[in-house]
Amino acid sequence: MIPYVMCFLLFLVGLYGLITQRNLIKIAISMSIMEFSTFLFFALIGYIKGGVAPIVNPAEPDKTYVDPLPQAIVLTAIVIGLATTAMLMAVIIRLYRKYKTFDIREINNLRG
Amino acid sequence: MELAITIIIAIMILGAIYAIHAKDLLSAIITCGIVGYGLVICFLLLKAPDLAIVQIVVETITLIIMVAVVLDSSREERYAKLDSKGYVNAAIGLIVVLVLLYFFRSAAISLDVFGESNLRMASAYINGAAEKTGSANLVTGVVFDFRGYDTLGEATVLVTAVLGVLTILRIRGKK
Amino acid sequence: MKGMTVIVKKTTQLLAGLIFMYGIYIIVHGHLTPGGGFAGGVIIAGAFILVILAFGGDFLNLQKEEVGTTVRENIAVLFVLMLAVAGLFIGSKAFFNNYLPKGTVGELVSAGVLPLYNIFVGIEVASSILVIFLALVIFKEEDIK
Repeated sequence: MIPYVMCFLLFLVGLYGLITQRNLIKIAISMSIMEFSTFLFFALIGYIKGGVAPIVNPAEPDKTYVDPLPQAIVLTAIVIGLATTAMLMAVIIRLYRKYKTFDIREINNLRG
Repeated sequence: MELAITIIIAIMILGAIYAIHAKDLLSAIITCGIVGYGLVICFLLLKAPDLAIVQIVVETITLIIMVAVVLDSSREERYAKLDSKGYVNAAIGLIVVLVLLYFFRSAAISLDVFGESNLRMASAYINGAAEKTGSANLVTGVVFDFRGYDTLGEATVLVTAVLGVLTILRIRGKK
Repeated sequence: MKGMTVIVKKTTQLLAGLIFMYGIYIIVHGHLTPGGGFAGGVIIAGAFILVILAFGGDFLNLQKEEVGTTVRENIAVLFVLMLAVAGLFIGSKAFFNNYLPKGTVGELVSAGVLPLYNIFVGIEVASSILVIFLALVIFKEEDIK
């Protein structure tokens, strides 16, 4: 139970950074931290004590393997997280080129 | 095993708290790497080598892109006092955290004990999977053969993200 | 963007080929060892990014690189889709069918159509990440001029 609670605490730290920070780079870092906590939660669910990595050796069949289904889900999610972060960085660099600041309150006042 | 994972997650939480409150933007980005690389150690302890390889290279590319954005700008954050909008934000954040805590408690009760997963869905995938798909790597068999639609969707998402980046960063001179 | 010093250039000339070969190894052995198409694709992109960072943007013609890489990425996704649709006509008439013969478990040539999927997805992921990086570098250079 304790690893699950710590994983949820990591999610809460990322959420706190997303709500209260004013700098765009800090907001992007907080989103990245929230995504990492969900990957960790999925990997924690599929673990079996005494299991081995899910690669079949044809000379020694019949071992208990760790659950491969959450690992397949997280594999897709990691690459999608990279695509999202890259697009967020493109928007940030465009905003900085135009307004010369990373602060969202000043951009809100300068707009128009 | 449970002790080792708990210690590493505690280090990740400390790194995340420092990354949010750092004064220098470059330090914040490098400290974000602690969370990413600590995740690689957690994946190796949880017997998932596929995920560890993907996470380590993706984290390196993410750090390269973030440093490329920050390096040309003024790298410090001007700290401002909390004004009225800051207090409203903090109150809304507290309400969201309480709602999330209630849902997490009602979900965590029905989870299995850590380390004794019940394999309700995966037993249909694991039994005889090496003969049905013909691959020795079970995760590759699940990703490309049993769940091929998800991989096709992910390839589409990557192409869409690249098109989005090319559209945003396009410079058209006036001819 | 200027290049780096002579030491970095010499080390990159030695290392970039090795990293490229390592990425191809992880892609092709995706059904035997951990790895697969996604990890190998990102490693290949890393080899190209190393060459661009070490030799500078003036040395290579970056605009032509970007156009060619975008074309290669779209053709790779088209091949993935065609391989999946070809399962509709051969064998048991289902989408995403595994129709080539599966050999014995543990050989290099086995597991039906899975190694082909790995190769094409690897090319596609490598080209995507390279295009993202090139768009960033070209955008930064345009502003400096």
